[in-house]
Amino acid sequence: MAHPPRGDLARLPWVSFLIIAVLVVVAVLAPLVAPHSPTEQSLPDKLRPPAWQEGGSTNHLLGTDVLGRDVLSRLIYGARVSLIVAAAALLAGGGVGLMVGIVSGYVGGRVDSFLMRVVDATLTFPTILIALLLAVSMGQGLQTIAIAITVLIWARFARVVRGEVLSVKARDFVALARVHGCSHPRIMAIHIVPNVLNTFMVLLTLHIGFVIIVEASLSFLGAGIPPPTPSWGQMVADGRSHIASAWWLAVVPGAAIVLVVLAFNLFGDWLRDWLDPRLRQV
Amino acid sequence: MQRYILRRVVQSVALLFVLALIIFALARVSGNPADLLLREDATQEDRAHLLRVLGLDRPVHEQLYLFLAGALRGDLGESIRYRKPAVEVFFERLPNTLKLLPLAMVGALVIAIPLGVLAAVYRGTFVDRASGAIAVLGLATPSFWLGIVLIYIFSIKLGVLPSSRMGGPSHYVLPAITLGLFLVAGMMRLVRSSLLEVMGSEFVKLARIKGLSQTVVIWKHCLSNALIPVTTLFGVYFALLITGAIVTETVFAWPGVGRLTYEAVIFRDYPMLQAVILLKAILVLGVNLSVDILYAYLDPRVRYA
Repeated sequence: MAHPPRGDLARLPWVSFLIIAVLVVVAVLAPLVAPHSPTEQSLPDKLRPPAWQEGGSTNHLLGTDVLGRDVLSRLIYGARVSLIVAAAALLAGGGVGLMVGIVSGYVGGRVDSFLMRVVDATLTFPTILIALLLAVSMGQGLQTIAIAITVLIWARFARVVRGEVLSVKARDFVALARVHGCSHPRIMAIHIVPNVLNTFMVLLTLHIGFVIIVEASLSFLGAGIPPPTPSWGQMVADGRSHIASAWWLAVVPGAAIVLVVLAFNLFGDWLRDWLDPRLRQV
Repeated sequence: MQRYILRRVVQSVALLFVLALIIFALARVSGNPADLLLREDATQEDRAHLLRVLGLDRPVHEQLYLFLAGALRGDLGESIRYRKPAVEVFFERLPNTLKLLPLAMVGALVIAIPLGVLAAVYRGTFVDRASGAIAVLGLATPSFWLGIVLIYIFSIKLGVLPSSRMGGPSHYVLPAITLGLFLVAGMMRLVRSSLLEVMGSEFVKLARIKGLSQTVVIWKHCLSNALIPVTTLFGVYFALLITGAIVTETVFAWPGVGRLTYEAVIFRDYPMLQAVILLKAILVLGVNLSVDILYAYLDPRVRYA
């Protein structure tokens, strides 16, 4: 072929893929790969710099924090938190968006214009404020964050999915199913959903990085997963006051966020080009 | 035109009403709102007293009426931390944020427009890919971390810029950059794609046939049209800056409404937080409404859409 399709396997962003693979393996096997406990304190070892700096030791590759906790181990366990939160939030937010989008697009009419008006309102509104309010009124925790991020992302999913449903709905096999006496809920479940699944998967992947940043920002603002569970955003927040004497406490976890989000975004771009190039305009 | 304005105003007010309902409900969903206000060492009598004072011993619909009536009078309760009306605290802090936002906005435009133009003009070349890489990197960098890294480099290592609080002009540099960079990636992509679209249109071909130089065609004929989508998104950018300011002001100890939001979260100052949220929502909706009305005034197609 003169022009190979964009985003085929040959163009797979290997570096991103590798970073994501390492992240997932490390997060799943955290107790096995972490050199120390993420919460164990050891005051004689406090504020050790990373191994390559003067005064650092290979026992603590990325140094230790004010309580003598190993930064690398906290980073590894923090990866778990990031991935679990991202998965829960994306499933919840994406799920809500998928359902709203399908109903809105399929049913059409007044239902559609009402739902799309709600979507527009949600998109123009600074929804992160509601996320903060949730954290304060419901208390911090995984559930709160998942709900908060759902509030933030469902509308983006709903809008794109609705657009897809509109085009699928107009196709002959839907009319045929109807003629055969298929009920509306059944058509939505077995004829519409599989046809918007590609788009949905691409949207999910494209939002992983965004969700990780939102989670880190909420943790940074004291509205994320509560301590002592290590999370990257909170590690940056804790390191902030020691930036002059121990730069690695804030810089290292932040760099991890950038690297991982970058990897997920590039991977998502590739997946979009491969599965659903039309989404480029979104 | 009047009908369009009326419709947009009604929509915005309806949105505020829904938001007020959400705030009202959230305070009650996790238990009694009085418990969010009481100190940990409060006694049963304190609690009963507070319930009576706040009207929380009454039926829910009466409570809702009291809450909405209070909100309409501009009474959103008293901040627990400052022991002053929350609305008053908000307006004391607001000017500090409003000094920062325009700088961040201008800074973002100054970086995003040239980069977007270069990327479009040199499409597919190294310049395009480099500015694309900047955009991708910008989207992956959390601004709270960027702010800290900037402080480390420019305040601690080089010692050339102050790291926190307000003061002379130099105090504005790092917070404005941190807040502005938040917008650059999206803005740049928008300038690039919209410029590419304009560059393909008939009147640009005509300008070229007339023999105008590349510089004049791009910067004068194309850019003025390509920037229209950017200006219509002003309301969105304002909303992004208002939320971005929460993190930026926290990092730089900037005494504006962003930091106030953070403090309200940290100190579990629920009345303060609900006031901050409602007032920020009014600001954002107000700006959006003005932009929409202005735009409808300038472009009649919008009114009849």
